[in-house]
Amino acid sequence: MELCSFLTLDSFITDPLTHEFMRKALLMSSLVAAVCGFLSSYLTLKGWALMGDAVSHSVMPGVVVAYALGLPFSLGAFIFGVGSVALIGFIKQKSRVKEDTVIGLVFTGFFALGIVLVSKIKSNIDLHSILFGSPLGISLSDVKQTIFISLLVVILLSIFRKDLMLYCFDPRHAKTVGINVFFLHYLLLTCLSLAAVVGLQSVGIILVVAMLITPGATAYLITDKFDNMTIISVLSAIISSIIGIYISFWFDLETGGSIVLAQTFIFLFAFLFAPRYGIFKFKKFFAGYK
Amino acid sequence: METINYQNFRIEAENICVDYNGKVALYDANLRLKPGQICGLVGMNGAGKTTFFNALTGFVNISKGKIRINGESVRSAQKDQTIAYVPQNEGIDSQFPVSVWDVVMMGRYGSMNIFRCPRESDIQAVKDAIERVDLTDHLSTPIGNLSGGQRKRTFLARAIAQRASILLLDEPFSGVDIRTEKLISELFIQFKNEGKTILLSTHDMIHVREFCDLVLLINKTVVAYGETSEVFTPENITTTFGGISPDFLFGPES
Repeated sequence: MELCSFLTLDSFITDPLTHEFMRKALLMSSLVAAVCGFLSSYLTLKGWALMGDAVSHSVMPGVVVAYALGLPFSLGAFIFGVGSVALIGFIKQKSRVKEDTVIGLVFTGFFALGIVLVSKIKSNIDLHSILFGSPLGISLSDVKQTIFISLLVVILLSIFRKDLMLYCFDPRHAKTVGINVFFLHYLLLTCLSLAAVVGLQSVGIILVVAMLITPGATAYLITDKFDNMTIISVLSAIISSIIGIYISFWFDLETGGSIVLAQTFIFLFAFLFAPRYGIFKFKKFFAGYK
Repeated sequence: METINYQNFRIEAENICVDYNGKVALYDANLRLKPGQICGLVGMNGAGKTTFFNALTGFVNISKGKIRINGESVRSAQKDQTIAYVPQNEGIDSQFPVSVWDVVMMGRYGSMNIFRCPRESDIQAVKDAIERVDLTDHLSTPIGNLSGGQRKRTFLARAIAQRASILLLDEPFSGVDIRTEKLISELFIQFKNEGKTILLSTHDMIHVREFCDLVLLINKTVVAYGETSEVFTPENITTTFGGISPDFLFGPES
């Protein structure tokens, strides 16, 4: 039955669009992907992949507590996201344990707390949708919140785009010319927590870190210009979301997993065929035959 | 142009101490530099050279002592773009996706509006700075494609574009080609004539004798400070380098 519809590309694309939940999922996931993709350039350049993983897992208890108290889940997530980073910094400073170990133990601790809380607070929280995302079942209040947070992050990143770039590149120079490095550090962390919150609706807590690092890594392989890197990162994130949702629709697969897999394939493609930094260095290849 | 008062001190550091989580990196260090002076900062790895720079730029807080830049606090020196820092080549991510132009433009950020939109004057300052370090052919080259010497010149251009009156240079001569070395030494003479104050760290004893009016020998604290001809003696150098004979230090390099 389904295979017949593949015969025309047209219906492959338009059929899902006849469902309202699909239109909403595509729009929301693209928005979320754009936000995460934008932030992704900074995180990959700053070397904050592990930090992204930590923050995104640590927001879990915040989301649960906020749901239980009837607060916006973004607020809870934000507090626990920033709190986890503060705790990581504190333990690192006061003990001899190495940083990556501290990051690992803090975020797994928070994550475990979240899981325990879900099992205790028997409400309408769906553990599965928090862990694996549910872009197809997103509620109206979630839509509003997602749009609000996304706009906030995009505006913040746009205003401080160049300062954040300088902060990632050479914080010492930033400080020397009177730019508030402390503020930029926490701005980036704030955006990271907020992006993790919106990202988890698309792909879930476990995979949201992929949304925050893979598009940036892909773009980093393709270009040597920072602005282009941001654009490519955002585009590759949006394209993967759309591909992922279509694939999951037609083949009845987990949506979050499909989106992240699409991102991974785009990264692998760049890894193999990127003009300058890909394994096969296509530019050189063609140049040789001119 | 502001007139340069050669009597006042550009940098005054009095009994400064820096510690990282209780571990002392620098203690009771003093330094006074006037406009037009070039001072060499000499010490072993871990002797506190970078820490000294970090204290002067305000990148780390001092736990004791006082720093005055042009008679004012470090914080107002930051706001006034007074100090420029030229990092070691190893101190920066050479694979970062920025071009020569982008890096030099960063020298102007501190005096731009919040969106960091370059004005006509900023663009001109960047162009002039790039011309002075002879990189006009590489305006849009990503820094990853530059040689070590070209990269060093890029960061020097950033300091020029910033129009800072104090330049702090971390190992300006390490890993550079002859051409860059010659260009940097010419620039030093120009900077001196413009009344800029230069503090540079180096491992190379020959450069100290060649460029530096003053030398500051440190090993967690100041071992000796003064005119190069008086202070830069084998005895002082031996003390600075923890008892290693200067013959050994000078041997392979000279």
